[in-house]
Amino acid sequence: MGEMVVIMEMIATLMVFPFLAALLIALAKPGKLRDGLIYCSSFVIVATVLLLCVSSLQGGGTQSYLLETQMLDEFFMVVELGLMGLVFYYGIRYKRWIVLLLSAAGTLPVVWMEAAGLSAEGGEHILVDHLTLIMCLVVGIVGALICVYAVGYIKDYHKHHTEYKDRSSFFLSMLFVFMGAMFGLIFSSNLTWIYFFWEITTLCSFLLIGYTQTEEAVNNSFRALWMNLLGGMGFSFAILYSSIALHIANLQDLVAASAGNGAVIVPVTLLAFAALTKSAQMPFSRWLLGAMVAPTPTSALLHSATMVKAGVYLLIRLAPSLHGNLVGVMVTCIGGFTFFAASLLAISQSDGKKVLAYSTISNLGLITACAGVGLQEAVWAATLLLVFHAVSKSLLFLSVGAVENSTGSRNIEDMHGLIVRLPKLAFVMIVGICGMFLAPFGMLISKWAALKAFVDSKSVWLVVFLVFGSASTLFYWGKWLGKLVAVIHRSEQLKDTVRKSEKCSLYTLTFLVIALCILFPVFSGVFVEPFLSQMFNTTVVALISGSDINAMLLMLCMIVILPVMVNLLTFGKENKMVISYMAGVNRGDDRTFVDSFGQEKSMYLANWYMDEYFGEKKLLKPSLVLASAIMVILMILAIGGAI
Amino acid sequence: MNISKSPWLLHYDGSSCNGCDIEVLACTTPVYDVERFGVVNTGNPKHADIFLITGGINSQNREVVKQLYSQMPDPKVVVAVGICACDGGIFKECYNILGGVDTVIPVDIYVPGCAAKPESIIDGVVKAVALLDKKRAAMKAGKAPVAQKED
Amino acid sequence: MGILKIALYLILAPFIGGFLAGIDRKIGARFQGRQGPPLLQPFYDLFKLFEKQSLVVNGVQDFFVGGYFIFILFTGCLFFIGGDLLLVCFALTLAEVFLMMAACSANSPYSAMGSQRELLQMMAYEPMLLLTAIGFYIATGSFMVGDIAQSSVSPIAYLPGMFFGFLYILTIKFRKSPFDISTSHHAHQEMVKGITTELSGNILALVELAVWYEDVLLLGMVGLFIVNMKWWSFLIAAAVCLLAYILETFVDNLFPRVKWDSMLKSTWLVTLVAGGVNLLILTLVH
Repeated sequence: MGEMVVIMEMIATLMVFPFLAALLIALAKPGKLRDGLIYCSSFVIVATVLLLCVSSLQGGGTQSYLLETQMLDEFFMVVELGLMGLVFYYGIRYKRWIVLLLSAAGTLPVVWMEAAGLSAEGGEHILVDHLTLIMCLVVGIVGALICVYAVGYIKDYHKHHTEYKDRSSFFLSMLFVFMGAMFGLIFSSNLTWIYFFWEITTLCSFLLIGYTQTEEAVNNSFRALWMNLLGGMGFSFAILYSSIALHIANLQDLVAASAGNGAVIVPVTLLAFAALTKSAQMPFSRWLLGAMVAPTPTSALLHSATMVKAGVYLLIRLAPSLHGNLVGVMVTCIGGFTFFAASLLAISQSDGKKVLAYSTISNLGLITACAGVGLQEAVWAATLLLVFHAVSKSLLFLSVGAVENSTGSRNIEDMHGLIVRLPKLAFVMIVGICGMFLAPFGMLISKWAALKAFVDSKSVWLVVFLVFGSASTLFYWGKWLGKLVAVIHRSEQLKDTVRKSEKCSLYTLTFLVIALCILFPVFSGVFVEPFLSQMFNTTVVALISGSDINAMLLMLCMIVILPVMVNLLTFGKENKMVISYMAGVNRGDDRTFVDSFGQEKSMYLANWYMDEYFGEKKLLKPSLVLASAIMVILMILAIGGAI
Repeated sequence: MNISKSPWLLHYDGSSCNGCDIEVLACTTPVYDVERFGVVNTGNPKHADIFLITGGINSQNREVVKQLYSQMPDPKVVVAVGICACDGGIFKECYNILGGVDTVIPVDIYVPGCAAKPESIIDGVVKAVALLDKKRAAMKAGKAPVAQKED
Repeated sequence: MGILKIALYLILAPFIGGFLAGIDRKIGARFQGRQGPPLLQPFYDLFKLFEKQSLVVNGVQDFFVGGYFIFILFTGCLFFIGGDLLLVCFALTLAEVFLMMAACSANSPYSAMGSQRELLQMMAYEPMLLLTAIGFYIATGSFMVGDIAQSSVSPIAYLPGMFFGFLYILTIKFRKSPFDISTSHHAHQEMVKGITTELSGNILALVELAVWYEDVLLLGMVGLFIVNMKWWSFLIAAAVCLLAYILETFVDNLFPRVKWDSMLKSTWLVTLVAGGVNLLILTLVH
């Protein structure tokens, strides 16, 4: 019993502490004190998360808490109305009437339901199982690292962008609010509670995206707001329906009930819809691209560890109730299609953050598709994808941000020869990119598992989407990698302006990417498999056999000892250095050549973007239309069929 | 095994009238089929063993020839094809001609003629090939590959 | 047993690969009415390259080429000891990425163009390669090459479409015309030698050798379509492999090269039609 209390206290800490920290940070003046506060808070969060994991694992299995929460419920309602007020304030101030409507349509019914006492009772409000712990680790550790990084980053950001007002305390405090909301969301089991935190993340992302207050930022932040409010509205209708018609108050009961009760499809469809908006699946992908105007830590936090992961987290929770019905078909279709279309779109982008954004959308599509399949092995793949993606993607975002602060550009074309100019950052970035698509790194392992799961579930279309999508993925990561490793003659190393706090996060994440690659079987055994066996009531068979894991470890070892092997292969023969071949007209090095007028001309090597084939102008609109059509038709069929 | 069994060519047209170039390419056609000796026209100095130049050197291509030569891995030989490449030929007195190929890089084999006949080009290449083996032996013995003049 | 297989592959593959390359050049010459080089010419070339000095434009090229070489060998070993076919595909991709990086690192116009085209080629053939692996899995119930080779019926009975699609991408993988757009075996083309432009001497020799190993691996995949538990099926498989190789040589000599967009479109279309339809039928039947 005593242990339970300890765990409960830790959960309460994680749910409340970030908000308190945010308050302090918001009040603090920029300076050493504020920075110290952030470091300490991040440390406290990471330590609590780790402690929680250890004690939860020792306690074994699932624990649930808080049956009676009258007081808290009322408090939440008040805050929720407050949030609505805030949306109204911004909506009126910027004359965006649609958000008023969506916000009211989402919030008021739930408040009315609570106030009228119509909400279903019973069931615990807080639940901790292995999936919660996984999410906790992702949000806590990756989130905290991003916050630490943000401390150094935001200083440089304002140094480079003097045109924006320095509201860094607000910015940093919002990051913590966000983490608090995420912790709340993953610990909650009660649908109304989840909805409450869901709406906080929506509003928080709105504020973070609009940080610079330029016209573009405001427009993009409102786009993110209305799309997510639309999802939120779906969420609130789901709550209404499941409370009033089905008398189910929490998520676990809803999923459990789905086996016997056809009407459960209705809230499940609505929740899946909400999750798709939050995970920026097509046709809602545009808010995530727009979010790139925000400073990099925002992008990293929103797109790797938190915001978008809330959506796929919900889908993974719903997975058993998605198997073999129309909602599942909708989710897999949207996910598979998004994976493919977003990979193609990423090919035409040269802005580093945009490539990352499209790759995020595409990977989330894969997770979504896995969750939609709803089989045990697919969920295994989805969970691991979620973790690997969070770590690798945040590493990439942070390194792009650091490169931008050092060189003044985040365009991939300008990263030509980064391996010489900024070797450390280039190395970090190479690890991140390899982590996204190459064997033996994490993402590939989970893609592999996803492929197996799709084949076993006989989803031919998903298999086709996956093979074509991963071929496109290969192209855009490959050419980025090529840019980084180019060695230009006579290029100098740039002054390393990366701050200590940024380095600390970058190196830790690099370490995590590599460690996860080695330790993923352990991670899977400790966290993912118990979660699956509980969710599906079966023993879990390892998807990737021991011999394959050994082969991949061997590959990793080979990469490590490659320099020695290369020396053996070339028999230690000395190479002679010459300049590269340019039809004999180089002028001294490989930077300039003599043109047909005898003039010196500098050489520029660009990557292929193939805009006329894969450009946004060509592909984006048809993709959105197609995705909308799939979504609308299947939602109508699913809900109509259930009613 | 002899290095001479696989001579790869780099063909460069200096300021030739194209007569010799046509003859050089004629060597690769069915009638002469120089690939019988393993000869491949690579078009890339970094892969080539034999640098085959037609036409004289002028002030524009002088640096180019030097650079191409420097981008070829040792052992390598240079074959000057046609009288212009040998000493400037009928263009020798022109205002823009510096002379034969040997004014900028060491030439190993001279193949005269206007235009040089395919038979003599092939003969030149075969002689060049024999030199490659000698040069490799010299390289192995630790000496710098020396230029050796023949015709 | 496993070690024996690895040893056999490592020792025999270069001989088979080089010999096939010799046949290829001979047939090519005959197509043009020439006598052509000796059959052992590829071996002469290889030894010559090992004897030459190697020129590099930077200090990382040989590292990447070494990675390419080692991972090609690794992939081949994995395949021939009966490993997981999907892992074989992924390891092959890793090897190709190393080669692509070697070309990119040179910062030279020709090799940069070659590397972009190489990536495009990978993008073109990757779906079919993965679909083939999946096809084997559905047809025989296992991704392990060892199990597939022991199936009671030759997989090609279930996978005719996949076989055709695989032969189609084999043209890209063998770097043959009409799809030899990232390197060229013939001089006077717009891209010199594409990705290998900046490689020379013994480093280039490693690439050549790796290509032979890779060719044998790919022919192994062709053979996998044919073999079953009967011993004589291996003989038929060997004959089919040889025929497939000669077919590619014919294609090489008969077709002019195409632009990258025709390559991508046609390959994806073939993948979708031949591979996709085969997969669909297979899933429905099984």
